[in-house]
Amino acid sequence: MAKFILKRILYMLVVLFCVITLTFFLVHSIPGDPITSMVQDLPIETRDLYLQKYGFDQPLIVQYVKFIQQLLTGDLGQSLRYPGRQVVDIVANYAPVSGIIGGIALAIGFAVGILLGIIAALNRNRWPDRLVMVLALLGTTIPTFVFAAVLQYVFTVTVPLFPTTGWGTWGHLVLPVACMCVGPLASYARYMRSSVLDITNQDFILTAEAKGVSSFRIVSRHIFRNSFLPCITMICTSIAGIFSGSFIIESIFAIPGLGKYFISAINDRDYSVVLGLNIIFTGTYILSILVCDILLAIIDPRIRIAEEN
Amino acid sequence: MDSLLTVKNLNVSFNTYAGEVKAVRGVSFDLGVKEALAMVGESGCGKTVTSKAVMRLLSRSGGIIKEGSRIEFMGQDILGLSTRELNRIRGSKMSMIFQDSMTSLNPTMTIGNQIMENIFTHEKTTRQKARERAIELLKLVEIPNPETRLKNYPHQLSGGMRQRVMIAIALALNPSLLIADEPTTALDVTIQAQLMDLLRSLKERFSMSVILVTHDLGVVADFADKVQVMYAGTIVERGTVDEIFDSPRHPYTWALLSSIPGRAQESKSKLYSLQGTPPDLLLPLQQCPFAPRCQYCMPICKKAIPKENFLTDTHGVACWLQHPMAPKVTPPAGIGGYDHE
Repeated sequence: MAKFILKRILYMLVVLFCVITLTFFLVHSIPGDPITSMVQDLPIETRDLYLQKYGFDQPLIVQYVKFIQQLLTGDLGQSLRYPGRQVVDIVANYAPVSGIIGGIALAIGFAVGILLGIIAALNRNRWPDRLVMVLALLGTTIPTFVFAAVLQYVFTVTVPLFPTTGWGTWGHLVLPVACMCVGPLASYARYMRSSVLDITNQDFILTAEAKGVSSFRIVSRHIFRNSFLPCITMICTSIAGIFSGSFIIESIFAIPGLGKYFISAINDRDYSVVLGLNIIFTGTYILSILVCDILLAIIDPRIRIAEEN
Repeated sequence: MDSLLTVKNLNVSFNTYAGEVKAVRGVSFDLGVKEALAMVGESGCGKTVTSKAVMRLLSRSGGIIKEGSRIEFMGQDILGLSTRELNRIRGSKMSMIFQDSMTSLNPTMTIGNQIMENIFTHEKTTRQKARERAIELLKLVEIPNPETRLKNYPHQLSGGMRQRVMIAIALALNPSLLIADEPTTALDVTIQAQLMDLLRSLKERFSMSVILVTHDLGVVADFADKVQVMYAGTIVERGTVDEIFDSPRHPYTWALLSSIPGRAQESKSKLYSLQGTPPDLLLPLQQCPFAPRCQYCMPICKKAIPKENFLTDTHGVACWLQHPMAPKVTPPAGIGGYDHE
């Protein structure tokens, strides 16, 4: 198992390096630069002076090497737009906000989605199934911003229960979380339903039935575990996404999260922030895939044994 | 002989988009204590459906046992039992092993747990005792190193081993009836022979009755006491092993016997193969179901379904050739007096 994890970590580092390189060149290939996007009509001399100060006048490859050197010392750099603001601090300030909303939304979406999926599958072609599937279809097809607008209207104008926008109290959490959990909830419900139906038709369920095992135990011991496996892969990739936040939700509800910050950093050509955030997003993403692999190996003996050989 | 299982007028249908498929049409048979019955026939003839109906295992695949069918097992009306009562019998008094041992075991559960699950379902016992029993069972089905094998998952075992595990699960509570649904079809020939030997010795040891479902008549001769040949959801011929192999009467049985590979080699001729396909079970049958493929087909065969006609107490044939007015036909060369030792 240790060898398996070590190998995975090595792969992760390679992927991380590739992503860093790719984003570096992609970000620099966007027309414009941080100085021009901040102040449009700067005298050429002053502008060149600034570019020189940050080293943007040098060839890209030199900048790249310098960037990597800086990274290796563990320094993600500071914002160009807001000098003095460290990328690490930005993450520390904004990521928890995105993380709380995304985490709660994902947890609710996952738990309820899985439950609804099982209920739908066990009542296949009866009304609970049809109801869940119709709702799931709506959930996957209606865009979040439509939900957000409807919820805002209903719960702040018609029935003023929650604040429209902002951040700070538990009440501020409700609407954004509700909007964000709809999508995952719907897709988990659909996914789990088909997974359960697939397992239900397997021969070993018939074996269990022939053993006289009760239907409750067939569901809990034989169907659930086996149909849950593919869902683990799904949740792991979603977990990675929660810290990067949702630009749409954070904009609509005026929430100071990373998603919003990330988009404005791109607009500002704030190279170091974009790169720094991207490194952190990529890092959490591959880390959660690693966790997912380990989790799957623990749950699914077939993977475990294959890795050992 | 005491009757363990009585099936009367069993009708099973599947409702499909195309309509009602009548997979089993009025099958009746008896099975005595310690008796081994073989159900033979080609794919789709209703032999598996019949055997699953006995354990009421059809609901998941959508099979419906029609009104008027009767299944009695150890004096109990199986079709009248509640699921709870049924679960008490399944796995303990009667159990079943399936065709594909690769998919019949739960891939995420150790085989030990799968054997013990059967024990725990029917008996209040300690884990230690159940484990000992599981090891004993694995020894019984001749799996080496049972202690370590208990902790194995199905994918770590070969196909033959998995089928042995299936047998161990089935025998965990000394059932009176074992239904083996093509237990060797998915295995290679040498393993097939070993497994059939094992089943035969276990049948004696546990004093079980066995229903063996197979399409391989070669396996039947050394195993069964009685044979029933099924075609299009009905029994076309039944009898003791001797009657079926020595004096078969139905042209379909002749065709099955002619297509056993070993016999063709002896006569150095090309292996016989029966042409055509079984009838569409969606449609109502108004003629002998075998008529379109039968080389002895007479005008009457296309007009009415033949009734089963008993030549002895045990030997029944549903064929118009048995009618006193039918012409005498001789079975193909080599049929009858077949040496099954």
